[in-house]
Amino acid sequence: MSLERVLRSPGGAWLTGSGPAADVVVSSRVRLARNLRPYPFPTKLSPEQARHVIDEVRAALNALPPTRSGRLELVELQALEPLERLVLVEKHLISPQLATTELPAAVAVDPSESLSLMVNEEEHLRLQSLASGLQLRVAWEAADRLDDELSERLDFAYDERLGYLTTCPTSTGTGMRVSAMMHLPALVHSNQAGELVSTLARVGVVVRGIHGEGSKAYGNLFQISNQITLGRAESEIIESLEAVVQQLVERERGARELLYRERRTQLQDQVGRAYGLLTHAYAISSEEALSLLSTLRLGVDLQLVPQVRPEVCNELMVAVGAASVQYREGRLLEPAERDIRRAAMIRERLASRQAPRGEG
Amino acid sequence: MLCQRCGERPATVHVTRIVNGVKTELHLCRACAEASEPGISSQAPFSIHNLLGGLLHPLAGSAASGSELRCPSCGTTYEEFARTSFLGCEECYTAFAPQLEPLLRKIQGADQHRGKRPVARSRRPRAGYGQAGAEAGSQPVQGGAQERLARLRRQLEEAVQAEEYERAAELRDAIRKLEAETAAGKGAG
Repeated sequence: MSLERVLRSPGGAWLTGSGPAADVVVSSRVRLARNLRPYPFPTKLSPEQARHVIDEVRAALNALPPTRSGRLELVELQALEPLERLVLVEKHLISPQLATTELPAAVAVDPSESLSLMVNEEEHLRLQSLASGLQLRVAWEAADRLDDELSERLDFAYDERLGYLTTCPTSTGTGMRVSAMMHLPALVHSNQAGELVSTLARVGVVVRGIHGEGSKAYGNLFQISNQITLGRAESEIIESLEAVVQQLVERERGARELLYRERRTQLQDQVGRAYGLLTHAYAISSEEALSLLSTLRLGVDLQLVPQVRPEVCNELMVAVGAASVQYREGRLLEPAERDIRRAAMIRERLASRQAPRGEG
Repeated sequence: MLCQRCGERPATVHVTRIVNGVKTELHLCRACAEASEPGISSQAPFSIHNLLGGLLHPLAGSAASGSELRCPSCGTTYEEFARTSFLGCEECYTAFAPQLEPLLRKIQGADQHRGKRPVARSRRPRAGYGQAGAEAGSQPVQGGAQERLARLRRQLEEAVQAEEYERAAELRDAIRKLEAETAAGKGAG
């Protein structure tokens, strides 16, 4: 099963730390909500109908030309261990909601982990396209192409006036959520993050923690996305979100410069301590690890830690998740044991980067 | 920071109120917050659904008694929708149209889709729920083809700019094919 490779890989193409503004924008994402005729939406879907939806989607995917990185292969969630599902959540390939749904549900991921598809979550279909750095347009083009190809083979619930019809009217119209995952340590540090969140809310931009609605911003990671889905073309929505993200990038960079200029010693101290703990701790919780990785990443971006590459920080931010740690070990672990294995993994990963062509 | 009410526990709930332009801030612990500010619970994460529920409830109780409405296709009641903010099927959009449309204008600021449409729509016309879809004859088919053409041309330009010549060639062929089909359609109609 090709999904196993995805589960084992340290991170998808979107985690490479490349692309424009990658010092602040970890990744760009476009999600499209689509429902299939003639089925009721997932809220009212019977298990049998849910299986039909999966079958239709599978048939449509099998008829598609392969994407640049390969085929999108559909895997039913029921075929996955609970731990495997949680790894997919930590890798941002499925939502926590899909991991726990009682309906027959499925996921499809392409080998580069840039394109994925959730079946029978809040909507029948959620197409997801990810790109590294600030590349909303690139992410959109891939999602748009896949959506076009699927819409030739599937009958989407669409109304001439209201656009794509979705379970929740907050997605009606384009059914599109565009978002940027941003690392904003300097804005958080200078207490500007709270103010930004409330300002952005007034211009129709939603700010959330990394794992979506209702979650906290662990590791100073924020998801910035559009609120409005109706009445504007996709390109307009993308343009205006991009403008907001660009401004945030400038603000974060400004705040970092200020820190670097006026409080360099404290900054170096914090980064050095974070690096010291990460490379020498023997037990570490995921929360502590994320917070230290955020500081380390800031140091990497400011070239204070030349031996660490940005993609290593990105990959570690996913790899420190409880499910990912246990999956690597191949079994469920008690929290204390998990903290020990997590610390060992971090030490190993950071050490291997210090001497990339070591004795090996 | 300690709670402003009890002064004992740490303040974990921060309430900002703006009444007639005057901003007040309260910093409370969870126990005091839940006791004094009904509806505030740090347990329930704030979400768009809570917010939407707030917008729906006043409507549910008002004129024309939307609460008794029921979608004939999936059986979802308006009350259920107001509570969960989830619709049950695409027919719900018709069944609850009088309530839903003002709501859409409120939360979306618009009630007319201006984005893309399914590719197959240009070949398989279907009546929409709104006025625009009332006569799904040859008109929307042409409209669909024109929109699709415009989109392909835009994509072609982008592909050329990005020097993706393979993709540009594919797009050029798709445009020619679609132009031929459109011309043939016009000739026959």
